Amino acid sequence: MITTRNDRKKPEILATPRSLDELRRLVGAGADAVAIGEHRFGLRLAGEFPMPAFREAAGLARESGARVYAVVNRIMDNELAAELPDYLHELGKIKPDAIVFGDPAVVMAMRQIGLDIPLHWNGEMTVTNHAAARFWGGKGAVRAVLAREMNLEQIIAFRQSVGLEVEVQVHGATVIYHSRRRLVESYLQHHGLERGDTGPSRGLYAVEQERPDLFHPVFEDADGTHIMSADDICLLDLVPDLVDAGVDSFRIEGLLKTPEYNETAVRAYRAAVDRYHASPGDYQPDPEWLASIRRLQDPHRELSYGFMFKEQIY
Amino acid sequence: MKGAVGMNKPELLAPAGSLEKLKYALHYGADAVYIGGRQYGLRSNADNFSVDEMREGVRIAETYGAKVYVTTNIFAHEEDLDGIADYLRQLEDAGIAAIITADPALIEVARREAPRLEVHLSTQQSTLNWLAVQFWKEEGLPRVVLAREASLADIRFIKDKVDIEIETFIHGAMCSSYSGRCVLSNHFTGRDSNRGGCVQSCRWRYDLYERGGRAVGILEREEDKFTLGAKDLGMIEHIPELVAAGIDSFKIEGRMRSLHYVASVVYAYRKAIDAWFADPGGYELRGEWIGELLKAANRPLNTGFYFREPGADDHIYEPEDKPMLVDFAGVVLEYDESTGEALIEQRNHFKPGQTVEFFSPDGVRFRMTVPELADESGRKIDAARHPLQKIRMRTESPVKPMDIMRKWLA
Repeated sequence: MITTRNDRKKPEILATPRSLDELRRLVGAGADAVAIGEHRFGLRLAGEFPMPAFREAAGLARESGARVYAVVNRIMDNELAAELPDYLHELGKIKPDAIVFGDPAVVMAMRQIGLDIPLHWNGEMTVTNHAAARFWGGKGAVRAVLAREMNLEQIIAFRQSVGLEVEVQVHGATVIYHSRRRLVESYLQHHGLERGDTGPSRGLYAVEQERPDLFHPVFEDADGTHIMSADDICLLDLVPDLVDAGVDSFRIEGLLKTPEYNETAVRAYRAAVDRYHASPGDYQPDPEWLASIRRLQDPHRELSYGFMFKEQIY
Repeated sequence: MKGAVGMNKPELLAPAGSLEKLKYALHYGADAVYIGGRQYGLRSNADNFSVDEMREGVRIAETYGAKVYVTTNIFAHEEDLDGIADYLRQLEDAGIAAIITADPALIEVARREAPRLEVHLSTQQSTLNWLAVQFWKEEGLPRVVLAREASLADIRFIKDKVDIEIETFIHGAMCSSYSGRCVLSNHFTGRDSNRGGCVQSCRWRYDLYERGGRAVGILEREEDKFTLGAKDLGMIEHIPELVAAGIDSFKIEGRMRSLHYVASVVYAYRKAIDAWFADPGGYELRGEWIGELLKAANRPLNTGFYFREPGADDHIYEPEDKPMLVDFAGVVLEYDESTGEALIEQRNHFKPGQTVEFFSPDGVRFRMTVPELADESGRKIDAARHPLQKIRMRTESPVKPMDIMRKWLA
């Protein structure tokens, strides 16, 4: 028996480029959508897209038929909230396909200025059940960006229970700790050590003594201190499961990776999704997909299934 | 309640990890307590309340004119959702005044199924701006617990913009991360921090390197290594500023702490708040309040984010254990005026010759040397060795039930 088409909607491949040049490459490699923004409003962005660059990026993406999501997901204080309506108003002129938010201030500011753009709810670690997603659905969200600590079973249940789109990170590093405090700077200052650069380009990492093989990237920016996972999620093997689960968007996180790496990852997932969607019944992955990623993989960082098969206790 | 200068007197909100701690928190001056249930709370290791115990807690609270809140502050996963409606209806029926919740999944169910329960937004939502507070107000929430990252200026601004009750932490341990934005426990141990499984990995020690493997931090000595641990919050010196900012509820952290801790901390803040409202013009910070706090505190204190962003002096880079001044030795169950003898329930070892003091809602009553001890039946014993053992002991002055006996450490 030959199956020629899949009833499932074809999921999008979502990438997070750091520059216009990388955006071109990732869309060229098969990304259906890009999530970009500026650091003033977006959390842990791979790169900076101030308004003119955002406009250009949106134009570039659209020429290739790709969607653009504006990332406005910082935890906001009063000062930033005050700047929000103007920023959203300017964004509105470019009409991004969605606005990614975490703070309800975004919902309020959009109401204030009468801006009607679909929202993607991204509360990072706190997006863990469909009922909360449905709540945000009532406030204009069309998509939930799931916590990376959910397992496959939970993702399936979530997707089945809610009319919202579901975005799952399929590849890359994940944030595991976010503090507003500048903890590295504080520590170095406290001990009279040279502070130097503590941003993502320094390549700082922390090792917990019981886990000497796990290198956790650490960096500081205007949002404080971020600690990232010691491994990279890689769900290439699970493309069929995730498509069958009805996952709508496959996110490839580009943070702390080279454009070449991201391009290779996008190409691999693009091929897997296309092949499975075209013919789920006789799907065979090409070993070269994973091999191409492995060739560029930092030897200190394992590829893992993340929490897909984990049962957590509490 | 209007104070002398038209300020509302804030609620003093204390943690109660058990029915006994609830009694002590109220007895020492809390206006409200928050407790954990057996489900949906973030302290899965705490000695949490059954519904019957909640009912009893509410009954006791009513005798003090106080309220009981229940923390239901997990971020639920799919499998946690079943049963929430039943649970919330039980809380409502038990007379619980409010739930403290971060997950909209619980907010929606509470409004629909248990409309008499107030919903307070938990600090786990990391709310820092007035627009977000306005959002929750429009959702019908009467109170928001702000993020611990909020400054006094942020709080004033929010209170000025939005007519809603604001609750902030004034004392106790703090996540160094944004609340809810830490899954270190999940990654290190498979325990879900946002469902109560936190193993406090932020207080572990880490080696810090830069690309290429060169050490950036100090690796040699354990106590000099990199860590994420924050000092505890302590705002006793700033009560007038907190009141002036219009904060409606002063929250003390610590459902896992001892009743001695809760009573001592509640006492200090109760006295400070009452003193300010009795006579704002003549208000003076008293060393005694700080002294009582220091007897309970086990980490160095600072003012968190209230006045500035925490820096090099606000995290714990030295060994955490500081020498304790006192130990919680026992509680007074009964006192017989005719014989001058107290019945004391033991909490830590004590014996004749040691110096103890009796602490009450009015402060330290007196200090004395432990005299001869007897067990409940009157048989002489050389030391109080057993937890919860009932001890007969003459006191130099009268004491009262629920007084706390502290042992001074040399």
